[in-house]
Amino acid sequence: MDDLLSEFLTETNENLSVLDVELVRLEQNPNNPELLSNIFRLVHTIKGTCGFLGLPRLEKVAHASENVLGKFRDGELTINPEAVSLILQALDTIKSLLAVLEATEAEPPGDDLPLIERLNLCAEGKLGGPAPAAAAPPPPPPPTAPAVAASESRPVTMDELEALWNSTPGPNDIPAPAAGTAVATRAPEPAEEPAQSHDLVVPDAEPVAAKVPAPVAPMAGASGGGNAGAADAGAEAATKESAVAAQTIRVNVDLLENLMTMVSELVLTRNQLLQILRSQKESEFAAPLQRLNHVTSELQEGVMKTRMQPIGNAWAKLPRLVRDLAHELNKKIDLQMLGADTELDRQVLELIKDPLTHMVRNSADHGLEIPAERVKAGKTETGRITLNAYHEGGHIIIEIQDDGKGLAIDRIKQKAIQNGMASEGELASMTDQQIIQFIMKPGFSTAAKVTNVSGRGVGMDVVKTNIEKIGGTIEIKSAQGKGSTFVIKIPLTLAIVSALIVECAGERFAIPQISVVELVRAAADSEHTIERLKGTPVLRLRNRLLPLVSLQQLLRLDDSEGAKKTEEETFIVVTQVGTYTFGIMVDRVFDTEEIVVKPVAPILRHIEMFSGNTILGDGSVIMILDPNGIASATGEMAMGEAAGKEAAAVQTQRQEDKMALLLFRAGEGAPKAVPLSLVARLEDVDLATVELSNGLPVVQYRGKLMPLVPIDPNFVVANEGRQPVLVFADGDRSMGLIVDEIVDIVEEKLNVQLAAERPGLMGSAIIAGKATEVIDAGFFLTQAYKDWFGSSTQEGFEEEKLQRVLLVDDSPFFRNLLTPLLSVAGYDVTAVENAGDALALCEAGEDFDVIVSDIEMPGMSGFDFAEAVRHGSRWQRVPMVALSSHASARDLDRGRIAGFNDYVAKFDRDALLFALQQTLTDQKGAA
Amino acid sequence: MSNAKLPSTVRKSRGDDLVVSGNQDFVTMTIADQMFGIPVLQVQDVLGHQRITRIPLAPPEVAGSLNLRGRIVTAIDVRLRLGLTGRPKDKPGMSIVVDLRGELYSLMVDSVGEVLSLTKEDFERNPATLDPRWREVSTGIYRLNGQLMVVLDVPRLLNFTTIETA
Repeated sequence: MDDLLSEFLTETNENLSVLDVELVRLEQNPNNPELLSNIFRLVHTIKGTCGFLGLPRLEKVAHASENVLGKFRDGELTINPEAVSLILQALDTIKSLLAVLEATEAEPPGDDLPLIERLNLCAEGKLGGPAPAAAAPPPPPPPTAPAVAASESRPVTMDELEALWNSTPGPNDIPAPAAGTAVATRAPEPAEEPAQSHDLVVPDAEPVAAKVPAPVAPMAGASGGGNAGAADAGAEAATKESAVAAQTIRVNVDLLENLMTMVSELVLTRNQLLQILRSQKESEFAAPLQRLNHVTSELQEGVMKTRMQPIGNAWAKLPRLVRDLAHELNKKIDLQMLGADTELDRQVLELIKDPLTHMVRNSADHGLEIPAERVKAGKTETGRITLNAYHEGGHIIIEIQDDGKGLAIDRIKQKAIQNGMASEGELASMTDQQIIQFIMKPGFSTAAKVTNVSGRGVGMDVVKTNIEKIGGTIEIKSAQGKGSTFVIKIPLTLAIVSALIVECAGERFAIPQISVVELVRAAADSEHTIERLKGTPVLRLRNRLLPLVSLQQLLRLDDSEGAKKTEEETFIVVTQVGTYTFGIMVDRVFDTEEIVVKPVAPILRHIEMFSGNTILGDGSVIMILDPNGIASATGEMAMGEAAGKEAAAVQTQRQEDKMALLLFRAGEGAPKAVPLSLVARLEDVDLATVELSNGLPVVQYRGKLMPLVPIDPNFVVANEGRQPVLVFADGDRSMGLIVDEIVDIVEEKLNVQLAAERPGLMGSAIIAGKATEVIDAGFFLTQAYKDWFGSSTQEGFEEEKLQRVLLVDDSPFFRNLLTPLLSVAGYDVTAVENAGDALALCEAGEDFDVIVSDIEMPGMSGFDFAEAVRHGSRWQRVPMVALSSHASARDLDRGRIAGFNDYVAKFDRDALLFALQQTLTDQKGAA
Repeated sequence: MSNAKLPSTVRKSRGDDLVVSGNQDFVTMTIADQMFGIPVLQVQDVLGHQRITRIPLAPPEVAGSLNLRGRIVTAIDVRLRLGLTGRPKDKPGMSIVVDLRGELYSLMVDSVGEVLSLTKEDFERNPATLDPRWREVSTGIYRLNGQLMVVLDVPRLLNFTTIETA
């Protein structure tokens, strides 16, 4: 039989038995919406699956039942015993259809029109009075009816169980209880109530597998009276010929968990025995122990394997599903699956299977457009859905990505208002990201019509609940017209990972191998040495500075024994979290080991440095470090926050140019920053070589004297040691700015928020999440050389009155940067923030010798401004210089056409000064 | 014995633990020469000295974790929990393993004694003057021959959130 079909039968039978119970409960508590939505979801699932498998008769019945349930859910119908009976009757019909389906692999011919009609009547609220005689009384609910959730058990392949069986020495050994329960078989006769204890399903009576239930059945009888009834059922299953063919059985996860614990115990005992053996030269135990050793290893491996499954297993259904969907919706869909072999704890896998199916279905139905629309939008006819699974930083990430039209924000808004979830006013103040979240709310669906495929509002809310149940998160990204991406992040609480075992201050820790990039040994005699920047350790690694984290300090380990070692030799575990790379300093590195992550005790959960703990092969308990936690505890947090702020800023503020900034510390107060483009080099000056010239500290640098200027005027240069220095160079002159510590280089939008009250500071800005003082490099340059800026330009104009420059730039930073710079160079500068203000000055009768204007400005751009100036304004003869971060030939031409005399790249100070001089000289010549 | 003055929490937990009429069995243990008892049904295991892995950054009362037949057990230094000084290094000590909501905890004590079956008549509520830290984790006192036994309330002993507020 088709795998898909047999799985469908197993699943549907389970769902039906749950439904029986739930419906009866619903009848008793009609006001329990949770119960109702669970029932609704189960019926929806049955209907959906029938649809894909091409079982129209079943689908019709389920669809009609779902309609009635939908009305219940929306409160349009009240729940009464008649209606419940009717639905139960529909379920009975489904069961009998399934029975035929299982026997013949095909739906019985005929239809269920009377039943469907009555269901439809009921849905329309026209069903009055008791059901006609034809309606069967509701089947009695299963007596004890423990609603066994599918998630609690998992199939184990027969092979695995058999392997276990074979590797087990005697029938009284560990797996015996496992095998015993294995007979708790679901009765294969679907017309009957499924047996209560279907923890384990041995629905296999094919000759190959038949031998398995046979030896097992007597065992079950022997294993105690508790399972006697089930054992009977098992025996029955073994003799019946009509069972669903499948090489799997379902085993309760607790049982496997138990088995696993026992096996670990066995491993430890074996290790001890081997230890004893090693100390004895000749022993007659050697051979049997060797054998025990092998058997144990295999047993351990086998048990481990029962827990882990590649995620591909959960995806197996999807290609078919997508194919059918494509057919039904007249779309062309290409399904790509990456990372199908990513291993996942089976329990987690079971729980995310349905959400994944839902989401792929959604992507196919809502996400992707029909071919005609795609072509119109300039995409290929075939839409693509990509599934990608991988491990990242102790999590399993599953991405479901489509290249469709993206989420329709407007439609979501409409729907949210329609369903009374939010008012228009509330929506207006929400970001797109917040609006997208509505699709996760119960009862929300944007599909224009309710189709077979989706659109009933069961879906994303169920997906979210299921994922959150296992401690995961779901994130939605959507780009209008480009598609949407759902990112599911599941913690590895249950997963097995490979981990690196390290030692620090006498304690051992495990670091998940997945986040380890490389290992570096640093010692006095090796090529790598740890350097310190004001106590902060860093490592030069392939021409980059790697920030280091001392595990000992981080975990506040007292260094009774580790201290001496640290000085001589340190190992650095280079770790990557997202885009942040850092090194963890440890004393020793042992080996990698496969570990099963166990959650830490509740009283320790608040310690974010650990993602769990585990037991090593030698029986000792060891903590597992969480690289994410370490990263956020040591500074990466600031970056994350800054990124968040940036995102928020985009909403309200217009984009400003990002620029590279050098962060450093010097003197008192906040960290300081200077645009990196102004800095020529970073040097580390030996203070012993500092000399005094004219009362100022200077240092011989590249054959010349370089003045050193401290940021803090009261700073006294020490006699020895080394001091980091920022070198500013211009032509053949250079000057060193003494700083305490160079912190970092960041790319950030610079927005000077507070004007400075001290000379030498331009103001304060938020950089990397911290208040940072932006220094005015020009100030310090003039301290070193009074004539720094003026050397070439000033002389030429000395006799004249100051040249007036109008600076038009929307960025306060550049206004702040250029104004002092131009002032120092001998210009009288007036700065305005947009073209409008500039033209207003023109109207007001101001006169300027030259206009320097930015190109990218909100409102009137530089080009428009130039055209406005050139066409009939009073300033039409005033030379203009364009400033822009784009300085391609095309931009240049455009600038010239618009009326600019010259075009200068924004960060090029020298070029600007030169251009100004040139332009003014030309102008004079022309005049 | 006046019921009226007792804090309501004490009365409640007494109801939980000591409704059984007649005798109740306790595992006794000694910490700093004081006898303590835990209802025998809550005790899973009694251990001798164990190798314990320290847990950095954990509350001081958490001595570390250990492996008990493949399960990870969190070791609690009861001395520190009760506001006493730590056990001298040269005394090995013993542990009582208890189960709280599916998690195992090993309570490190100086020594573990016998199992006593005690009658309700000998039970008395905590004296109002008892150290608040002890009152917090104890359900009451048994008057024994020659000494007193403090009954430890395991859930509250392991409720660490109260430590910070205390």
